[in-house]
Amino acid sequence: MKSAVIVFPASNCDRDAAMAIEQLTGEKPHMAWHRDNALPDVDLIVLPGGFAYGDYLRCGAMAAQSPIMREVKKKAEDGTAVLGICNGFQVLTEAGLLPGALMRNANLKFVCRPVGLEVEETQSVFTRGYGKGEHVVFPVAHGDGNYFADDETLDRLEGEGRIAFRYVPGENPNGSAHNIAGVLNEKRNVLGLMPHPERVCDPLLGGTDGMALFKSLIEALS
Amino acid sequence: MKARIFVTLKNGVLDPQGKAIGHALNGLGFEKVGEVRQGKVIDMELAENDEESARASLKQMCERLLANTVIEKYEIELKA
Repeated sequence: MKSAVIVFPASNCDRDAAMAIEQLTGEKPHMAWHRDNALPDVDLIVLPGGFAYGDYLRCGAMAAQSPIMREVKKKAEDGTAVLGICNGFQVLTEAGLLPGALMRNANLKFVCRPVGLEVEETQSVFTRGYGKGEHVVFPVAHGDGNYFADDETLDRLEGEGRIAFRYVPGENPNGSAHNIAGVLNEKRNVLGLMPHPERVCDPLLGGTDGMALFKSLIEALS
Repeated sequence: MKARIFVTLKNGVLDPQGKAIGHALNGLGFEKVGEVRQGKVIDMELAENDEESARASLKQMCERLLANTVIEKYEIELKA
C-alpha cells in the first residue's frame, strides 16, 4: 500500500501517522507539504491531527484552502482512500469532502484521554477488519470535536450506514450529535474521525486497537 | 470601500461559549442578562467603489471561507 501524509504548518500527528503506517507496511509514506500541488500515485492519503494554520478563523478552515487540498479533493473524487484524523477530520468537513461541522466541545474543555468507541459500520476499507459493534479504545485530544449536522443530514448518515465510529453511551467527550466519532462520505472512500487510531498501534504506547484500521486499509488497498 | 462582516452561529445551533459568557455576567451581578450568543466581526478594506459588486464578492468570500454555512450565518455592512 502506497501512502501519503499531508503536513500543514502546525500539524503535530503527521509523524505518528507515518510511523504507524511504516511499522505495518514496511514502507515510508510520502510526506507532502501543504504548498505542494501534486501527489504521487498513492492508495491512501492521511490528513493528520494538529492545529493546522493555528486553527485561525475556524479549525481546518485555512488548511482546506491550501494548494495540496485541491489535489486531495481530486484524488478523493477519483476514489483514493482519504483518512482524516482529528484536525484532519476538521479539514475534511471544511473542504466539503465530508458533511457536517466540528464545533467547540460542549463543555468548553480540551479533552485528552482514552475513550470507548463502538465500530458501527464495517462495510468500508477503513473498518472491514473490525467486528460489527466491536468495542475499541482510542485516545482523543481535541477542543473542537462536537460533530454537528442538520437533522436531515444526520438521518441520511444513519440510514446509509455512514457512521463508522460512535462514542460508547456515557463516554461522549464533546457533546457530538448521535454520539458520532467518525463518518464516511457517500462513496465510502473518505473517513474522518476525532479519536486517534494511529496512537494505539504499538503495545509500548498503551494499546493496539488502532492497528485493525490500518490493517484493513492494507488488506483492501495492497 | 470598507466592509464589516458579522459571522454568528445560526439560530438553534448550541453556543456553549455564549452560555458561559452569560453565566459569567450573571456571576458579576448583571442579573438581567438572559441568553447570550457570541460571534466574530471581520473588518476589511476593499478596493471597490460599486456597492453591488462589493456585496456580490463579499457574499462569495463568506460562502467560501469567512463563514461555515453549516453552522454559521453572516451579515455584511458596507461603508464608503
